[in-house]
Amino acid sequence: MNEFLGTTPAIASVRLLLLGAGMTVAVSIAAIALGFAIAAPVCAARLSANRGVHFLGSLYVSFFRGVPLLVQLLIAYYLLPVIGLELPSFIAAVLALGVCTAAYQAENLRGGFLIIPAGQRAAASAFGYGRLQTWRHILLPQALRASAPAVVNEMIAILKASSLISVVGVADLTRISQNIVARNMQPILWYSAAAAIYLAINLVLATAARAAEHRLGRGMATVAL
Amino acid sequence: MSFDLSLLQQYAPDLLSGLRLTIEIWIVGALIAFIVGAALGLLLTFGPPRLRTVVRCYVEFFRGTPLLVQLFLLYYGGPRIGLTLNAMTAGLIGLGLYGGAYFAEIFRAGLSSIPTGQLEAARSFGYTRRDALRHIVLPQALVLMLPPSVNLLVIILKDTAVLSILTIPELTFQVTGMTLETFAFVEPYAALAIGYWLLVELAARLGHAAEHHLSRHMVRAA
Repeated sequence: MNEFLGTTPAIASVRLLLLGAGMTVAVSIAAIALGFAIAAPVCAARLSANRGVHFLGSLYVSFFRGVPLLVQLLIAYYLLPVIGLELPSFIAAVLALGVCTAAYQAENLRGGFLIIPAGQRAAASAFGYGRLQTWRHILLPQALRASAPAVVNEMIAILKASSLISVVGVADLTRISQNIVARNMQPILWYSAAAAIYLAINLVLATAARAAEHRLGRGMATVAL
Repeated sequence: MSFDLSLLQQYAPDLLSGLRLTIEIWIVGALIAFIVGAALGLLLTFGPPRLRTVVRCYVEFFRGTPLLVQLFLLYYGGPRIGLTLNAMTAGLIGLGLYGGAYFAEIFRAGLSSIPTGQLEAARSFGYTRRDALRHIVLPQALVLMLPPSVNLLVIILKDTAVLSILTIPELTFQVTGMTLETFAFVEPYAALAIGYWLLVELAARLGHAAEHHLSRHMVRAA
Protein backbone atom coordinates (compact mmCIF):
# COMPACT_ATOMS: atom_id res chain seq x y z
CA MET A 1 0.00 0.00 0.00
CA ASN A 2 2.69 2.45 1.04
CA GLU A 3 4.77 1.63 -2.01
CA PHE A 4 1.86 2.42 -4.24
CA LEU A 5 0.97 5.61 -2.45
CA GLY A 6 4.39 7.05 -1.78
CA THR A 7 7.60 6.63 0.08
CA THR A 8 6.90 7.81 3.60
CA PRO A 9 3.82 7.04 5.72
CA ALA A 10 3.10 10.76 6.09
CA ILE A 11 2.93 11.29 2.33
CA ALA A 12 0.85 8.14 1.96
CA SER A 13 -1.52 9.48 4.59
CA VAL A 14 -1.84 12.83 2.83
CA ARG A 15 -2.65 11.09 -0.44
CA LEU A 16 -5.23 8.90 1.28
CA LEU A 17 -6.76 11.99 2.86
CA LEU A 18 -7.06 13.65 -0.55
CA LEU A 19 -8.69 10.49 -1.94
CA GLY A 20 -11.15 10.72 0.94
CA ALA A 21 -11.79 14.37 0.12
CA GLY A 22 -12.51 13.32 -3.46
CA MET A 23 -15.05 10.79 -2.20
CA THR A 24 -16.67 13.42 0.02
CA VAL A 25 -16.98 15.82 -2.94
CA ALA A 26 -18.27 13.07 -5.28
CA VAL A 27 -20.95 11.93 -2.82
CA SER A 28 -21.98 15.52 -2.09
CA ILE A 29 -22.31 16.47 -5.77
CA ALA A 30 -24.26 13.29 -6.58
CA ALA A 31 -26.53 13.89 -3.57
CA ILE A 32 -27.18 17.53 -4.49
CA ALA A 33 -28.01 16.56 -8.09
CA LEU A 34 -30.31 13.73 -7.00
CA GLY A 35 -31.82 16.05 -4.40
CA PHE A 36 -32.59 18.69 -7.01
CA ALA A 37 -34.27 16.12 -9.27
CA ILE A 38 -36.50 15.01 -6.38
CA ALA A 39 -37.02 18.56 -5.08
CA ALA A 40 -38.70 19.78 -8.29
CA PRO A 41 -41.73 17.44 -8.06
CA VAL A 42 -41.88 17.80 -4.25
CA CYS A 43 -41.97 21.59 -4.64
CA ALA A 44 -44.65 21.28 -7.33
CA ALA A 45 -46.66 19.11 -4.93
CA ARG A 46 -46.27 21.68 -2.15
CA LEU A 47 -47.55 24.40 -4.49
CA SER A 48 -50.36 22.25 -5.85
CA ALA A 49 -53.96 23.34 -5.34
CA ASN A 50 -54.96 19.68 -4.97
CA ARG A 51 -55.24 19.01 -1.24
CA GLY A 52 -54.10 15.38 -1.35
CA VAL A 53 -51.03 16.17 -3.44
CA HIS A 54 -50.22 19.15 -1.23
CA PHE A 55 -50.48 16.95 1.85
CA LEU A 56 -48.12 14.34 0.40
CA GLY A 57 -45.56 17.03 -0.46
CA SER A 58 -45.82 18.50 3.03
CA LEU A 59 -45.49 15.06 4.61
CA TYR A 60 -42.31 14.43 2.62
CA VAL A 61 -40.74 17.72 3.67
CA SER A 62 -41.80 17.34 7.30
CA PHE A 63 -40.46 13.78 7.62
CA PHE A 64 -37.08 14.28 5.95
CA ARG A 65 -36.47 17.54 7.76
CA GLY A 66 -37.74 16.11 11.03
CA VAL A 67 -35.58 13.00 11.36
CA PRO A 68 -31.82 13.28 12.03
CA LEU A 69 -29.74 12.52 8.94
CA LEU A 70 -27.78 9.91 10.88
CA VAL A 71 -31.00 7.99 11.51
CA GLN A 72 -31.95 8.27 7.84
CA LEU A 73 -28.53 6.90 6.89
CA LEU A 74 -28.86 3.99 9.31
CA ILE A 75 -32.28 3.23 7.84
CA ALA A 76 -30.95 3.34 4.27
CA TYR A 77 -28.05 1.12 5.22
CA TYR A 78 -29.76 -1.45 7.44
CA LEU A 79 -33.41 -1.32 6.47
CA LEU A 80 -33.24 -1.37 2.67
CA PRO A 81 -31.57 -4.83 2.60
CA VAL A 82 -34.44 -6.14 4.74
CA ILE A 83 -36.89 -5.24 1.95
CA GLY A 84 -34.57 -6.91 -0.56
CA LEU A 85 -32.65 -3.85 -1.76
CA GLU A 86 -28.95 -4.65 -1.41
CA LEU A 87 -27.08 -1.48 -2.32
CA PRO A 88 -23.37 -0.72 -2.19
CA SER A 89 -22.69 1.68 0.69
CA PHE A 90 -21.76 4.50 -1.73
CA ILE A 91 -25.14 4.27 -3.47
CA ALA A 92 -27.01 3.98 -0.17
CA ALA A 93 -25.19 7.08 1.10
CA VAL A 94 -25.98 9.13 -2.03
CA LEU A 95 -29.59 7.99 -1.89
CA ALA A 96 -30.03 8.91 1.77
CA LEU A 97 -28.30 12.29 1.45
CA GLY A 98 -30.16 13.05 -1.81
CA VAL A 99 -33.59 12.22 -0.44
CA CYS A 100 -32.89 14.34 2.65
CA THR A 101 -31.49 17.39 0.86
CA ALA A 102 -34.45 17.21 -1.55
CA ALA A 103 -36.76 18.23 1.30
CA TYR A 104 -34.65 21.33 2.02
CA GLN A 105 -34.16 22.17 -1.66
CA ALA A 106 -37.91 21.84 -2.30
CA GLU A 107 -38.54 24.44 0.40
CA ASN A 108 -35.88 26.75 -1.05
CA LEU A 109 -37.42 26.44 -4.49
CA ARG A 110 -40.88 27.08 -3.07
CA GLY A 111 -39.55 30.21 -1.42
CA GLY A 112 -38.31 31.31 -4.85
CA PHE A 113 -41.78 30.88 -6.35
CA LEU A 114 -43.59 32.56 -3.50
CA ILE A 115 -41.77 35.88 -3.92
CA ILE A 116 -43.02 36.25 -7.51
CA PRO A 117 -45.96 38.67 -7.45
CA ALA A 118 -49.25 37.08 -8.53
CA GLY A 119 -49.76 39.92 -11.00
CA GLN A 120 -47.10 38.46 -13.25
CA ARG A 121 -49.19 35.35 -13.91
CA ALA A 122 -52.18 37.51 -14.71
CA ALA A 123 -50.07 39.69 -16.99
CA ALA A 124 -48.62 36.64 -18.75
CA SER A 125 -52.06 35.21 -19.36
CA ALA A 126 -53.26 38.61 -20.62
CA PHE A 127 -50.41 38.52 -23.12
CA GLY A 128 -51.65 35.13 -24.33
CA TYR A 129 -49.06 32.93 -22.57
CA GLY A 130 -50.21 29.38 -21.89
CA ARG A 131 -49.77 27.76 -18.48
CA LEU A 132 -46.64 25.90 -19.56
CA GLN A 133 -45.17 28.94 -21.30
CA THR A 134 -45.76 31.04 -18.20
CA TRP A 135 -43.87 28.49 -16.12
CA ARG A 136 -41.09 28.05 -18.61
CA HIS A 137 -40.43 31.70 -19.46
CA ILE A 138 -41.73 33.73 -16.52
CA LEU A 139 -41.88 31.81 -13.27
CA LEU A 140 -39.09 29.23 -13.41
CA PRO A 141 -36.21 31.57 -14.38
CA GLN A 142 -37.07 33.95 -11.55
CA ALA A 143 -37.60 31.21 -8.98
CA LEU A 144 -34.32 29.51 -9.83
CA ARG A 145 -32.50 32.80 -9.64
CA ALA A 146 -34.07 33.72 -6.32
CA SER A 147 -33.29 30.34 -4.76
CA ALA A 148 -29.72 30.10 -6.11
CA PRO A 149 -28.01 31.45 -2.94
CA ALA A 150 -29.96 28.97 -0.84
CA VAL A 151 -28.75 26.14 -3.08
CA VAL A 152 -25.14 26.98 -2.25
CA ASN A 153 -25.97 27.06 1.45
CA GLU A 154 -27.49 23.62 1.00
CA MET A 155 -24.31 22.44 -0.75
CA ILE A 156 -22.26 23.56 2.24
CA ALA A 157 -24.69 21.85 4.60
CA ILE A 158 -24.55 18.59 2.61
CA LEU A 159 -20.77 18.67 2.39
CA LYS A 160 -20.63 18.86 6.19
CA ALA A 161 -23.44 16.36 6.68
CA SER A 162 -21.69 13.90 4.38
CA SER A 163 -19.19 13.30 7.21
CA LEU A 164 -21.88 11.08 8.73
CA ILE A 165 -21.60 8.56 5.87
CA SER A 166 -18.33 7.49 7.50
CA VAL A 167 -20.58 5.67 9.97
CA VAL A 168 -22.00 3.39 7.27
CA GLY A 169 -18.57 2.52 5.92
CA VAL A 170 -17.99 4.90 3.01
CA ALA A 171 -14.30 5.86 2.75
CA ASP A 172 -14.95 9.60 2.85
CA LEU A 173 -12.72 12.31 4.30
CA THR A 174 -13.87 11.69 7.88
CA ARG A 175 -13.54 7.91 7.66
CA ILE A 176 -10.07 8.11 6.10
CA SER A 177 -8.88 10.52 8.78
CA GLN A 178 -10.20 8.08 11.41
CA ASN A 179 -8.27 5.25 9.76
CA ILE A 180 -5.09 7.31 9.64
CA VAL A 181 -5.42 8.25 13.32
CA ALA A 182 -6.01 4.61 14.21
CA ARG A 183 -2.67 3.80 12.64
CA ASN A 184 -0.38 6.65 13.64
CA MET A 185 -2.09 7.95 16.81
CA GLN A 186 -1.90 11.62 15.86
CA PRO A 187 -5.52 12.70 16.32
CA ILE A 188 -4.93 16.45 16.52
CA LEU A 189 -2.87 16.58 13.34
CA TRP A 190 -5.09 14.45 11.11
CA TYR A 191 -8.48 15.56 12.37
CA SER A 192 -7.29 19.17 11.99
CA ALA A 193 -6.15 18.34 8.45
CA ALA A 194 -9.59 16.89 7.68
CA ALA A 195 -11.26 19.94 9.21
CA ALA A 196 -9.02 22.23 7.14
CA ILE A 197 -10.02 20.46 3.93
CA TYR A 198 -13.73 20.74 4.75
CA LEU A 199 -13.23 24.41 5.58
CA ALA A 200 -11.29 25.06 2.36
CA ILE A 201 -13.98 23.46 0.17
CA ASN A 202 -16.67 25.44 1.98
CA LEU A 203 -14.78 28.71 1.56
CA VAL A 204 -14.44 28.02 -2.17
CA LEU A 205 -18.18 27.30 -2.35
CA ALA A 206 -19.04 30.45 -0.43
CA THR A 207 -16.80 32.57 -2.65
CA ALA A 208 -18.27 31.02 -5.80
CA ALA A 209 -21.72 31.71 -4.40
CA ARG A 210 -21.00 35.40 -3.96
CA ALA A 211 -19.65 35.61 -7.52
CA ALA A 212 -22.66 33.72 -8.90
CA GLU A 213 -25.07 35.89 -6.96
CA HIS A 214 -23.43 38.97 -8.40
CA ARG A 215 -23.65 37.54 -11.94
CA LEU A 216 -27.22 36.36 -11.56
CA GLY A 217 -28.16 39.68 -10.02
CA ARG A 218 -27.21 41.57 -13.17
CA GLY A 219 -30.59 41.12 -14.82
CA MET A 220 -32.52 42.01 -11.69
CA ALA A 221 -33.90 45.44 -10.99
CA THR A 222 -31.65 47.30 -8.61
CA VAL A 223 -33.50 50.60 -8.73
CA ALA A 224 -34.45 51.91 -5.35
CA LEU A 225 -38.21 52.33 -5.12
CA MET B 1 -41.78 -8.82 7.20
CA SER B 2 -43.98 -8.49 10.25
CA PHE B 3 -44.09 -5.70 12.75
CA ASP B 4 -43.46 -6.97 16.25
CA LEU B 5 -44.57 -4.42 18.82
CA SER B 6 -43.73 -6.64 21.79
CA LEU B 7 -40.08 -6.15 20.87
CA LEU B 8 -40.41 -2.43 21.51
CA GLN B 9 -42.27 -3.16 24.74
CA GLN B 10 -39.46 -5.41 25.89
CA TYR B 11 -36.89 -2.67 25.27
CA ALA B 12 -39.11 0.13 26.56
CA PRO B 13 -36.92 0.93 29.61
CA ASP B 14 -33.80 1.33 27.41
CA LEU B 15 -35.67 3.38 24.84
CA LEU B 16 -37.19 5.67 27.45
CA SER B 17 -33.85 6.23 29.19
CA GLY B 18 -32.36 7.01 25.76
CA LEU B 19 -35.13 9.46 25.03
CA ARG B 20 -34.64 11.13 28.38
CA LEU B 21 -30.92 11.46 27.79
CA THR B 22 -31.53 12.87 24.30
CA ILE B 23 -33.78 15.56 25.75
CA GLU B 24 -31.32 16.32 28.56
CA ILE B 25 -28.41 16.59 26.13
CA TRP B 26 -30.53 18.83 23.93
CA ILE B 27 -31.37 21.20 26.79
CA VAL B 28 -27.85 21.39 28.25
CA GLY B 29 -26.20 21.60 24.80
CA ALA B 30 -28.59 24.35 23.71
CA LEU B 31 -27.97 26.28 26.95
CA ILE B 32 -24.19 26.14 26.46
CA ALA B 33 -24.67 27.14 22.82
CA PHE B 34 -26.87 30.07 23.82
CA ILE B 35 -24.40 31.38 26.41
CA VAL B 36 -21.41 30.96 24.07
CA GLY B 37 -23.39 32.53 21.23
CA ALA B 38 -24.54 35.49 23.31
CA ALA B 39 -20.99 36.28 24.41
CA LEU B 40 -19.54 35.88 20.90
CA GLY B 41 -22.44 37.72 19.27
CA LEU B 42 -21.95 40.74 21.56
CA LEU B 43 -18.21 40.69 20.80
CA LEU B 44 -18.91 40.44 17.06
CA THR B 45 -21.15 43.49 17.21
CA PHE B 46 -19.58 45.75 19.82
CA GLY B 47 -16.11 44.28 20.43
CA PRO B 48 -12.79 45.85 19.42
CA PRO B 49 -11.86 45.08 15.77
CA ARG B 50 -9.01 42.71 16.58
CA LEU B 51 -11.11 40.62 18.92
CA ARG B 52 -13.86 40.64 16.30
CA THR B 53 -11.48 38.99 13.82
CA VAL B 54 -10.67 36.25 16.31
CA VAL B 55 -14.36 35.60 16.99
CA ARG B 56 -15.06 35.62 13.24
CA CYS B 57 -12.42 32.88 12.79
CA TYR B 58 -14.07 30.85 15.55
CA VAL B 59 -17.47 31.18 13.92
CA GLU B 60 -16.16 30.30 10.44
CA PHE B 61 -14.33 27.23 11.78
CA PHE B 62 -17.28 25.84 13.70
CA ARG B 63 -19.77 26.58 10.92
CA GLY B 64 -17.48 25.39 8.14
CA THR B 65 -16.50 21.96 9.47
CA PRO B 66 -18.67 18.94 10.34
CA LEU B 67 -19.79 18.49 13.95
CA LEU B 68 -18.49 14.93 13.83
CA VAL B 69 -14.93 16.05 13.05
CA GLN B 70 -15.12 18.69 15.79
CA LEU B 71 -16.22 16.01 18.25
CA PHE B 72 -13.36 13.72 17.18
CA LEU B 73 -10.87 16.58 17.64
CA LEU B 74 -12.20 17.33 21.11
CA TYR B 75 -12.66 13.77 22.33
CA TYR B 76 -9.61 12.06 20.80
CA GLY B 77 -7.34 15.09 20.33
CA GLY B 78 -8.13 16.69 23.70
CA PRO B 79 -6.16 14.20 25.85
CA ARG B 80 -2.99 15.04 23.82
CA ILE B 81 -3.09 18.59 25.11
CA GLY B 82 -4.10 17.61 28.63
CA LEU B 83 -7.85 17.91 28.09
CA THR B 84 -9.18 14.47 28.97
CA LEU B 85 -12.95 14.49 28.84
CA ASN B 86 -15.41 11.65 29.19
CA ALA B 87 -17.68 11.05 26.21
CA MET B 88 -20.63 12.87 27.72
CA THR B 89 -18.68 16.01 28.64
CA ALA B 90 -16.95 16.08 25.26
CA GLY B 91 -20.29 15.63 23.52
CA LEU B 92 -21.99 18.42 25.45
CA ILE B 93 -19.08 20.84 25.04
CA GLY B 94 -18.76 19.94 21.35
CA LEU B 95 -22.46 20.46 20.74
CA GLY B 96 -22.36 23.70 22.74
CA LEU B 97 -19.36 25.15 20.89
CA TYR B 98 -20.86 24.14 17.54
CA GLY B 99 -24.29 25.60 18.29
CA GLY B 100 -22.60 28.63 19.84
CA ALA B 101 -21.13 29.63 16.48
CA TYR B 102 -24.61 29.63 14.94
CA PHE B 103 -26.10 31.47 17.91
CA ALA B 104 -23.32 34.08 17.61
CA GLU B 105 -24.45 34.85 14.05
CA ILE B 106 -28.08 35.04 15.17
CA PHE B 107 -27.12 37.48 17.96
CA ARG B 108 -25.00 39.56 15.60
CA ALA B 109 -27.78 39.78 13.01
CA GLY B 110 -30.37 40.60 15.68
CA LEU B 111 -28.26 43.25 17.42
CA SER B 112 -27.13 44.93 14.22
CA SER B 113 -30.67 45.19 12.91
CA ILE B 114 -31.54 47.69 15.65
CA PRO B 115 -30.71 51.14 14.20
CA THR B 116 -27.70 52.72 15.92
CA GLY B 117 -29.75 55.93 16.22
CA GLN B 118 -31.66 54.27 19.04
CA LEU B 119 -28.50 53.59 20.97
CA GLU B 120 -27.36 57.19 20.41
CA ALA B 121 -30.75 58.54 21.45
CA ALA B 122 -30.64 56.49 24.63
CA ARG B 123 -27.13 57.76 25.38
CA SER B 124 -28.25 61.35 24.96
CA PHE B 125 -31.11 60.66 27.37
CA GLY B 126 -28.47 59.78 29.93
CA TYR B 127 -28.58 55.97 29.64
CA THR B 128 -25.22 54.32 30.16
CA ARG B 129 -24.10 52.09 27.30
CA ARG B 130 -24.88 49.02 29.36
CA ASP B 131 -28.36 50.28 30.32
CA ALA B 132 -29.12 51.23 26.73
CA LEU B 133 -28.19 47.72 25.59
CA ARG B 134 -30.11 46.13 28.42
CA HIS B 135 -33.33 48.15 28.14
CA ILE B 136 -33.47 49.37 24.54
CA VAL B 137 -31.48 47.17 22.16
CA LEU B 138 -31.69 43.66 23.63
CA PRO B 139 -35.47 43.47 24.15
CA GLN B 140 -36.03 44.32 20.49
CA ALA B 141 -33.19 42.18 19.20
CA LEU B 142 -34.36 39.13 21.15
CA VAL B 143 -37.76 39.24 19.46
CA LEU B 144 -36.11 39.45 16.02
CA MET B 145 -33.89 36.52 16.97
CA LEU B 146 -36.78 34.22 17.83
CA PRO B 147 -37.49 32.59 14.42
CA PRO B 148 -33.85 31.69 13.62
CA SER B 149 -33.36 30.56 17.22
CA VAL B 150 -36.28 28.14 17.01
CA ASN B 151 -34.77 26.74 13.80
CA LEU B 152 -31.39 26.37 15.47
CA LEU B 153 -32.88 24.62 18.51
CA VAL B 154 -34.48 22.08 16.18
CA ILE B 155 -31.16 21.59 14.39
CA ILE B 156 -29.39 21.05 17.74
CA LEU B 157 -32.07 18.51 18.72
CA LYS B 158 -31.41 16.53 15.54
CA ASP B 159 -27.64 16.83 15.95
CA THR B 160 -27.78 15.16 19.36
CA ALA B 161 -28.05 11.91 17.35
CA VAL B 162 -24.43 12.42 16.21
CA LEU B 163 -23.34 12.03 19.85
CA SER B 164 -24.26 8.34 19.63
CA ILE B 165 -21.03 7.92 17.63
CA LEU B 166 -19.10 8.87 20.78
CA THR B 167 -20.97 5.96 22.50
CA ILE B 168 -23.19 8.27 24.55
CA PRO B 169 -26.27 6.15 25.39
CA GLU B 170 -28.89 8.52 24.00
CA LEU B 171 -31.84 7.43 21.88
CA THR B 172 -30.01 6.56 18.64
CA PHE B 173 -27.33 4.65 20.55
CA GLN B 174 -29.93 2.64 22.47
CA VAL B 175 -31.79 1.74 19.29
CA THR B 176 -28.60 0.75 17.47
CA GLY B 177 -27.70 -1.47 20.42
CA MET B 178 -31.16 -2.98 20.29
CA THR B 179 -30.80 -3.88 16.59
CA LEU B 180 -27.46 -5.54 17.27
CA GLU B 181 -28.94 -7.65 20.08
CA THR B 182 -32.13 -8.69 18.32
CA PHE B 183 -31.18 -8.54 14.62
CA ALA B 184 -34.51 -6.84 14.16
CA PHE B 185 -34.11 -3.66 12.13
CA VAL B 186 -37.59 -2.70 11.01
CA GLU B 187 -39.29 -2.07 14.36
CA PRO B 188 -36.43 -0.26 16.14
CA TYR B 189 -35.55 2.03 13.24
CA ALA B 190 -39.19 2.77 12.40
CA ALA B 191 -39.79 3.66 16.05
CA LEU B 192 -36.61 5.75 16.13
CA ALA B 193 -37.51 7.76 13.03
CA ILE B 194 -41.08 8.35 14.17
CA GLY B 195 -39.89 9.24 17.67
CA TYR B 196 -37.52 11.94 16.41
CA TRP B 197 -40.09 13.14 13.91
CA LEU B 198 -42.70 13.68 16.63
CA LEU B 199 -40.16 15.31 18.93
CA VAL B 200 -38.98 17.71 16.21
CA GLU B 201 -42.53 18.57 15.11
CA LEU B 202 -43.50 19.17 18.73
CA ALA B 203 -40.45 21.37 19.35
CA ALA B 204 -41.06 23.33 16.15
CA ARG B 205 -44.77 23.85 16.92
CA LEU B 206 -44.03 24.99 20.49
CA GLY B 207 -41.31 27.28 19.18
CA HIS B 208 -43.59 28.86 16.60
CA ALA B 209 -46.32 29.33 19.19
CA ALA B 210 -43.82 31.07 21.49
CA GLU B 211 -42.62 33.16 18.56
CA HIS B 212 -46.16 34.21 17.81
CA HIS B 213 -46.91 35.02 21.42
CA LEU B 214 -43.77 37.03 22.09
CA SER B 215 -43.89 39.03 18.86
CA ARG B 216 -47.61 39.79 18.90
CA HIS B 217 -46.95 43.47 19.67
CA MET B 218 -45.11 43.72 16.34
CA VAL B 219 -48.00 42.47 14.21
CA ARG B 220 -49.73 45.36 12.55
CA ALA B 221 -53.49 45.46 12.43
CA ALA B 222 -54.67 45.02 8.84
